[in-house]
Amino acid sequence: MGRVSGKVALVTGGSMGMGESHCRLLAREGAKIIVTDVAVDAGEAVAKAIRDAGGEAMFLRHDVASEADWMAVVDKAVGAFGKIDILVNNAGIVIFKPNNETTTAEWDRVMSVNSTGVFLGCKHIVPAMKKAGGGSIVNISSISGMVGMASQAAYQASKGAVRMLTKSCAVDYAQYNIRVNSVHPGAVRTPIINVLGDDTSMIDALVATTIMKRMADPIELSYAVLLLASDESSYMTGAELVVDGGWTAA
Amino acid sequence: MGRLDGKVALITGAARGMGESHARLFAREGARVIATDRRDKLGEETVASIRAAGGEAMYLSHDVTDENQWRSVIDAAVARYGKIDILVNNAAFAAFHSAEESSLEDWNRVMDVCVKSIFLGCKFILPAMQKAGGGSIVNISSIAGMAGMPQQAAYQAGKGAVRILTKSLAVDYAQYNIRANSVHPGMVRTPGTRLVLEDEKFINMMRDKTILNRVAEPLELSYPVLFLASDEASFMTGSEVVVDGGYMAQ
Repeated sequence: MGRVSGKVALVTGGSMGMGESHCRLLAREGAKIIVTDVAVDAGEAVAKAIRDAGGEAMFLRHDVASEADWMAVVDKAVGAFGKIDILVNNAGIVIFKPNNETTTAEWDRVMSVNSTGVFLGCKHIVPAMKKAGGGSIVNISSISGMVGMASQAAYQASKGAVRMLTKSCAVDYAQYNIRVNSVHPGAVRTPIINVLGDDTSMIDALVATTIMKRMADPIELSYAVLLLASDESSYMTGAELVVDGGWTAA
Repeated sequence: MGRLDGKVALITGAARGMGESHARLFAREGARVIATDRRDKLGEETVASIRAAGGEAMYLSHDVTDENQWRSVIDAAVARYGKIDILVNNAAFAAFHSAEESSLEDWNRVMDVCVKSIFLGCKFILPAMQKAGGGSIVNISSIAGMAGMPQQAAYQAGKGAVRILTKSLAVDYAQYNIRANSVHPGMVRTPGTRLVLEDEKFINMMRDKTILNRVAEPLELSYPVLFLASDEASFMTGSEVVVDGGYMAQ
């Protein structure tokens, strides 16, 4: 008996990194998974690997910044699995620049994926969760949404927005038996940090100031997501789960 | 396969209420449990019922404010089970007065049971956790350690002290592979809160401020405590896990 048996979970940005890890763990714990992403081949591979391991999963191409995509994805998911109990808003992009060097186009892109994507998901998921009799929304924010950091102005703003939007939805959706919580990862070893190329100075600095003196593996975030996604966190809503190796604690 | 297989867990205040619930869940997940309390008869009954259900547990009489008793409790636990992996500092005492109305005796009693107990526990547990190769400390604070509330000055100070003592421990004990996190319950239905829950004015205020508009059952706290105690939270230290039905979020 899995910890999310009988549940249907939609995970955005599920093709790689943390999203892929969440998909695999939720599937192993019994959930049917809708893997969504703009990276089609990688996403199909994640869904196939879950099915090969005996789970149920489908992949849908999904630009989370597109309202039309959200409506189509939720429709198809409900068509396939009948309802959605869990939404993990995981898709995110990052640009490492201070505010004055960030172009308006870069700002718009980060905000549209990281913030508007979560707004749209939390908006269009509600009918499918009402069908399920309630649900759990897990929004992946960041410690960048909590404290100042160097050279990530747009990313920080976008993750700060997710942190607070989560509480707003927690208040508004409690009447539908929908809980909404945020997760705040520190440095995690995923492909998203590849944008830094060979320059490890930013990651080195982050690790040096983390109590645990290391980066996380994606699975260490997935267990936190699983707790919030499952009924084990039935008294948690509007909460912030910080999984950062102690970065913000010191 | 339990989530705490092979682990040894010491839980204070485990005779009844939340502590009892944690002890039962931990045993069900495979931990060998040392349940400690001052209520010996209730504590023995709790342990007997855990064993009757197939779990492994022992009860030890324990005044958490007493340095010598901490030493002897840990010695007895290690003698029986060889090590201690998990310490849940759950024992607490509340006095419901404003600072103006609190006697120094009230203050000292609350600070001793809520805070000094954790100082002592985390001090003397270290060798037993080093034997285990590391460990997880879960300190039960409260939302009373985060936001102002009427008529509980000493309790608020005590729980606030627990909140930040936890971060101090996280920093100092990381070198021993020991994580330390705090849990912040909202209103929970336990024998210890029975009188407060009967205070209509207070409970209505709490409910109005709680998004989920209800009081928690102890098990709803035990799952987050289990998560922090287990290796699933391996990248969490110095974190605050708020389990309050959304009280703090609005």
